Amino acid sequence: MNEGSALADNIKALIGHTAESVVMEVERGAIKRFCEAVGDSNPLFADAEYAKNGPYGDVICPPGFFGWPIKPAAAMSEPTATMTAEFAKAGFPGLLDGGIYYEMYIPIYPGDVLVSSAKIADVYEREGKGGKSLFGIIEIIYTNQNGDMVCKARRTLIGRQA
Amino acid sequence: MTEKKQLYWEDVEVGDQVPTLPKIATTMMLVRWAGASGDFNPHHYDDQSPMAAATGGIIVHGALKRQWLIQLMTGWIGDEGKLKKFSCQYRRLDFPRRMANFVDPMEGETWLCKGTVTNKYVEDDQYLVECEIWVETGQGEKTVPGSATVAFPSRGTK
Repeated sequence: MNEGSALADNIKALIGHTAESVVMEVERGAIKRFCEAVGDSNPLFADAEYAKNGPYGDVICPPGFFGWPIKPAAAMSEPTATMTAEFAKAGFPGLLDGGIYYEMYIPIYPGDVLVSSAKIADVYEREGKGGKSLFGIIEIIYTNQNGDMVCKARRTLIGRQA
Repeated sequence: MTEKKQLYWEDVEVGDQVPTLPKIATTMMLVRWAGASGDFNPHHYDDQSPMAAATGGIIVHGALKRQWLIQLMTGWIGDEGKLKKFSCQYRRLDFPRRMANFVDPMEGETWLCKGTVTNKYVEDDQYLVECEIWVETGQGEKTVPGSATVAFPSRGTK
């Protein structure tokens, strides 16, 4: 948290807020659909025949794709929803996606079942040309069915003062 | 299937350019991305939504632009390369082209995904390369700056 910023109590209390873990299933069809949506025809992700002879022996997920949530249905955006609601109460409505940071550890294969655990890692205020903004950092850890951490992500969400 | 060429760490020098990846965002692409990513925020498909009205129209998902930059890197590093770290910031809004018909976009902007090699080093037996990456508009304005660290295979350890 930035020194000297007078964050409202409900905003300070967000730090450490943890969402229920989400189970994500990695289906072949979903990987394909994701690549098509991006316009990425890289056969390492899109062509099982090709990938069979490559370093992974099968297609892998393009970095940035973690499968589809299968339970619980609504938890996917829960820390974001909580942050949105509390930011709005403090006079910073309408969150914008500020950016992302990934550390990738191991590849994700079709058939993997991932668990994603998200928490609000930090909240801070900044004063810019357009006025005050609140920044919220959501940290997400993705672990696979073997208990190995596959990726760590940090999302930045920005609320602008109304 | 065209044969893919594998780059090695020794082939890459600081100052090298990553081959540019052109992209055209269309309203159709945003719908596809919404479905494939699960981001159903109306800001990206409903012109009449208050959010879209506030930005002067529907905007391209930040995460789609992120994925363009990831494609830029994974396409460049080849099957043996690994994306280790990646970051990008969604600094400016981008507005998709409309569709002229079922397949073709209207005339308009083409975005360019670009990268430059800023560092190369060996650490913990990994042959690493750092890049500055970004998405720029047809007018050359950078809307999504970022950076990436990738590991290449080395000819020395082949």
